[in-house]
Amino acid sequence: MRLTGRQIDCVRGGRAVFSGLDFEAASSHALAVIGPNGSGKTSLLRLIAGLLVPAGGSVALEGGADELTLPEQAHYLGHRDALKPALSVLENLSFWRDFLGGDASDPHECLAKVGLAHATHLPAAYLSAGQRRRLSIGRLLAVRRPVWLLDEPTSALDAAGQDLFAGLMQGHLARGGIIVAATHAPLGIEAGELRMGGSA
Amino acid sequence: MTALAALIRRDIRIALRVGGGALIGVLFFLTVTVLMPFALGPDLALLTRLGPSILWLGALLASLLTLDRLFTSDHEDGSLDLIVMGRMPLELACAAKALAHWLAAGLPLILATPVLGLMLNLDATATSAVALTLLVGTPALTFIGMIGAALAVTLHRGGLLLAVLVLPLSIPVLIFGVAASQAAISGPLPFGTPFSILCAISLVSFVIGPFAAAASLRHGLD
Repeated sequence: MRLTGRQIDCVRGGRAVFSGLDFEAASSHALAVIGPNGSGKTSLLRLIAGLLVPAGGSVALEGGADELTLPEQAHYLGHRDALKPALSVLENLSFWRDFLGGDASDPHECLAKVGLAHATHLPAAYLSAGQRRRLSIGRLLAVRRPVWLLDEPTSALDAAGQDLFAGLMQGHLARGGIIVAATHAPLGIEAGELRMGGSA
Repeated sequence: MTALAALIRRDIRIALRVGGGALIGVLFFLTVTVLMPFALGPDLALLTRLGPSILWLGALLASLLTLDRLFTSDHEDGSLDLIVMGRMPLELACAAKALAHWLAAGLPLILATPVLGLMLNLDATATSAVALTLLVGTPALTFIGMIGAALAVTLHRGGLLLAVLVLPLSIPVLIFGVAASQAAISGPLPFGTPFSILCAISLVSFVIGPFAAAASLRHGLD
């Protein structure tokens, strides 16, 4: 499996964010997208996720499932956690598991893996920022998707949480997954670098 | 199928929990209708004549009240991104969200109608006629309103914009809803004629609403 972007141009609000960008990530490889604020890291991830339309160029996943589009085979972990404060931790996770569909695992196990096993019935409104992040990460585990698009995944996580997440990413790569992560902090795993900004 | 059921179940659950807004609509409906006899005076004949119109106006405004949050709350917390990326067609997801909204916020209005009919001096026939027209007409209000709710996400404006966009589009529903109720109470038209047109408007809105809303959401992605 191989995720490739060719000559991508991104225009937002009439301003060219980046142009002529090439990248490539193969199975079992992680790509760290680095660059200063406003260099288009989030835009690139949203482009890959199909949430933005490129002004030029294309993104393609070779060797994935034929009948599914790239966004349907990807997990997107954005700045916003996609959690409903009125629902409990378990309800939030179970909803995304059922909605996203596909190869799903037991939500209780996923919560245990991200260290939220003690809080399953707590409404998400009472979670701290770090716990909300852990719950979103649980979503990546609840349904299997080959491509993980992560936007600042370790923000708000404590040191233990960062180690834990690095372990989960390792596991995903070991199963042949692809990770593209926009980040300022070290991911804690071996990753290729894609520099944004400047004269990209 | 699981995904569809999961989405409907989640939206109903959120609507029924604290701060969800399902009850707000019914309370608003109740308040508007209860205030009317005080404003119009104790003229029972007048109340009977205006009753169906008052109930319909109340239901229309009440169903709009919570509709602007249909997509904006999902947009704000990032859920909408995942819904767009998901394997379920966006049109189907929109239809599911509208259905859930109607079940949580529209159906209680119809259940409240018999009680409110008493306040407006409507007899059993009149009340059931109004309830029946509301049962057929309020889904159309939700599905038409959904287009406005999706535009509110695209244009980054909520609240009043929705009312301005949606109210003109819901005029046909109001006209035929009230006409059918009046026909059942006093004639001279047969009940069936305006009622069939009301059903037709609902059916058309079921088809157009999800597609228009999905197109608007796709266009508004950023």
